[in-house]
Amino acid sequence: MEDRKKPLLEMKDISKTFLDVVALKNVSLRVNEKEILGILGENGAGKSTLMNILYGYYRADSGQILINGKPAALNAPFDAIGNGIGMVHQHFNLVEHHTVLENIILGSRRDSRHGRINFRKAEQTIRDLCIEYNLEINPRAYVWQLSVGEKQRIEILKALYRKVQVLILDEPTAVLTPQEVDGLFLTLKNMVETGLSVIFISHKLNEVMAVTNRVVILRQGEVIAEKNTQDTTLQELAQAMIGDEKVYSLECPPFNYTGMSLQIRKLTIKNDMGLLAVTDLDLEVPHGSIVGIAGVSGNGQRELAEAISGMRYIQSGTVVLDNRDITNKTPADLVKLRLARIPEDRMGFGLISDFNIAENLVLETAQLRFSKSIFLRWGSIYANASKLIKDFSIKTNRPQSLAKYLSGGNIQKMLLAREMSLDPNMIVASQPTRGLDINSTNYIHFLFTELKKRGASVLMISEDLDEILLICDFLYVMYQGKMMGHFRACDVSKMEVGLLMAGSTTPTAG
Amino acid sequence: MLLPVIALIAAFVIGSILISVSGANAWDAYLLLIEGAVGSPFALFETFIKMTPLCLTGLAVAIAFKANFWNIGAEGQLYFAALVAALLGIVPGLPAFIHIPIIIIGGFIAGGLWAMLPAFLKVRFRVDDVVTTLMLNYVMIFAIQGILDGYWRDKASGWPHSPEVLLTARYPQLLPESRFHLGFFVAIICAVLVYLLLRYTTLGYRLRATGLNPKAAAFGGINVKKTILIVAFISGGLAGLAGVGEVIGMQYYLVDGISRSYGYAGIAVALLANLNPLGVIFSSFFFAAIFTGSQMMSRYTGVPVYFSDFMQGLTLIVMLIALLFSKYSVRIRRS
Repeated sequence: MEDRKKPLLEMKDISKTFLDVVALKNVSLRVNEKEILGILGENGAGKSTLMNILYGYYRADSGQILINGKPAALNAPFDAIGNGIGMVHQHFNLVEHHTVLENIILGSRRDSRHGRINFRKAEQTIRDLCIEYNLEINPRAYVWQLSVGEKQRIEILKALYRKVQVLILDEPTAVLTPQEVDGLFLTLKNMVETGLSVIFISHKLNEVMAVTNRVVILRQGEVIAEKNTQDTTLQELAQAMIGDEKVYSLECPPFNYTGMSLQIRKLTIKNDMGLLAVTDLDLEVPHGSIVGIAGVSGNGQRELAEAISGMRYIQSGTVVLDNRDITNKTPADLVKLRLARIPEDRMGFGLISDFNIAENLVLETAQLRFSKSIFLRWGSIYANASKLIKDFSIKTNRPQSLAKYLSGGNIQKMLLAREMSLDPNMIVASQPTRGLDINSTNYIHFLFTELKKRGASVLMISEDLDEILLICDFLYVMYQGKMMGHFRACDVSKMEVGLLMAGSTTPTAG
Repeated sequence: MLLPVIALIAAFVIGSILISVSGANAWDAYLLLIEGAVGSPFALFETFIKMTPLCLTGLAVAIAFKANFWNIGAEGQLYFAALVAALLGIVPGLPAFIHIPIIIIGGFIAGGLWAMLPAFLKVRFRVDDVVTTLMLNYVMIFAIQGILDGYWRDKASGWPHSPEVLLTARYPQLLPESRFHLGFFVAIICAVLVYLLLRYTTLGYRLRATGLNPKAAAFGGINVKKTILIVAFISGGLAGLAGVGEVIGMQYYLVDGISRSYGYAGIAVALLANLNPLGVIFSSFFFAAIFTGSQMMSRYTGVPVYFSDFMQGLTLIVMLIALLFSKYSVRIRRS
């Protein structure tokens, strides 16, 4: 399927660094006419960053974007749209109280003259587009009345209305039912036939295999491989996405079970939109072990962690900590039971950025250990802070400085220091090393292994499969709110895990 | 600290425009303003009298805003407490040193309860507190108007006011030739107590945490709902003390218009003080000074006496703009 025509769109040697994290490194790709290009990768691989550069939200540090062979300057989505690039984001940008028509024409001058909008002409344009692309939507409906699939169609129509040549879809099936997914794929294939091209970002192998013509695989900011979809297999893609197999030469030692720290049975949790995020989930963390939950973000991990942490309602099922039922207990109760929790959203849930470090370090225990009747004991609060800063090597000028001035790694250390000062038997940590530098990451791994040696246990949710394989004893793979598999970390194949992470339930060969 | 000062200077500069439009010389006018506010002992104590209710409502609003409870209802809380004070004030047979504290406590509880109503709606049903506190003002004020016009209309004069409170129920007047009364010290003491509460108690810690980041506060084990209810009670209670002071310190009966929008002015006072309880002492003094000073200023120049209301609103707006600029910076980008 080689084409010697000029590609419609080309990104050449795109690099982007955020502070000290390299998000993209010399990424090049091309999009041809009338094709669906898949961009496959785990979270953090750089897919969204790359597309945000293409759509004008970010500017690349180096590299070029060529459209129809000519270099284009994309300083804002306005420029991208002007160059024929449209994007449908995971989180829709719709005004719920307006009609479909009003949302589609918002900001476009296509059917307006001298400041007056020709609504009738706009509605006709939209209806024509619906016929041409086989999309069903009522332009006069109000957005809040529509289903998620229909809302996504509005986003697609927004791009079509602006006459885009390339449509980028960022994880479009994350919010759709299986039927709606089929509908979407049909729509995409229709669009391509009429001359458009589509860039399809996903971490789901099955879907990439089903709908794309070519696939680019990104890992840690670099292009690993580029393949024609019909010439490759699920296994090959999974391998490319996850990386090389590490050969574990050591034998897997038997695990010494001394009881269960955490037992979760048939847990069902809803997400913010009222849909099921976790369904009938079972999970066990033995004493003195580190258990990891692998999986791409967005498959229910956040909701699971929030539910265990007392921040989200558990619809049904039980969570048992050391033989005590803690289902739907409040955070205050969990603190008393010495369950340490590290939230995924550190700035949002973890700390109060306008409090100083000392105040943050006592957040949970302020009333228990640092007060005398109704009065705070500031002396002991600051003494505690000094001690923890020293023990955990938190880089700060003094305990009085505000938490918001700490760097990412030090924020995490502060949270850990706070939680560890509870002397916990169990710690539930969500993405504990996300975005951290090497030293902080190693330190946190060290802390977890120390906890384990003391007989406490750790439940760690991480997108980084390498991290899980490195320090965990057991691992689960989570996909769409269910556990797909449970393994000893020392004798699992990375490819097998990768396939499960991406939703494949087909047995692997060999 | 710098921000309120900048806001004040800007407000005075803009205010001088209004003065010029009225046909007076801004510099002369402002000098008269200062003289009228603090130029004589009499003026100074008149300013203190005006400062008393403003300080209390300013504290009420400051403590509520600090916990993200948007109490626009200080006016209604003030009125309810004033009603209770008027009722308790006619109970006979109590010596002053018992009567006055009972009225203070009663007024505090009344204001606190009236504030807990919208707080409960916020906590239980997520009803917006700005709307509910504001609307309840009207409910209370009209209800009291009804009582004053109906049941309590003075049989002899036809004037709608409550019976006079007994002598034992009145704040003592502390100076012979002035109306300066004990309420002033009640206000100052409350400011100090609120400051101590915020800084040194566990409740103050929980309150500040709830206001700065309720999600993290909840995650950390703080009972955010209970905290908001307690803060509402204290806030309403403080506003209530303002009402108590006006009834038993100034008018000696409840009358419609007993509050000169002190509840709403408290918002400006609190914001100018950047929600700092000790700062409220100064900002309430400032607003009171503008009020008493503008009486004299308008007598000798052509500037209308409601110049003080103008300055109050202007200072609030300027302070909000100053706060906006302190949180964001404007960056010019070469494209």
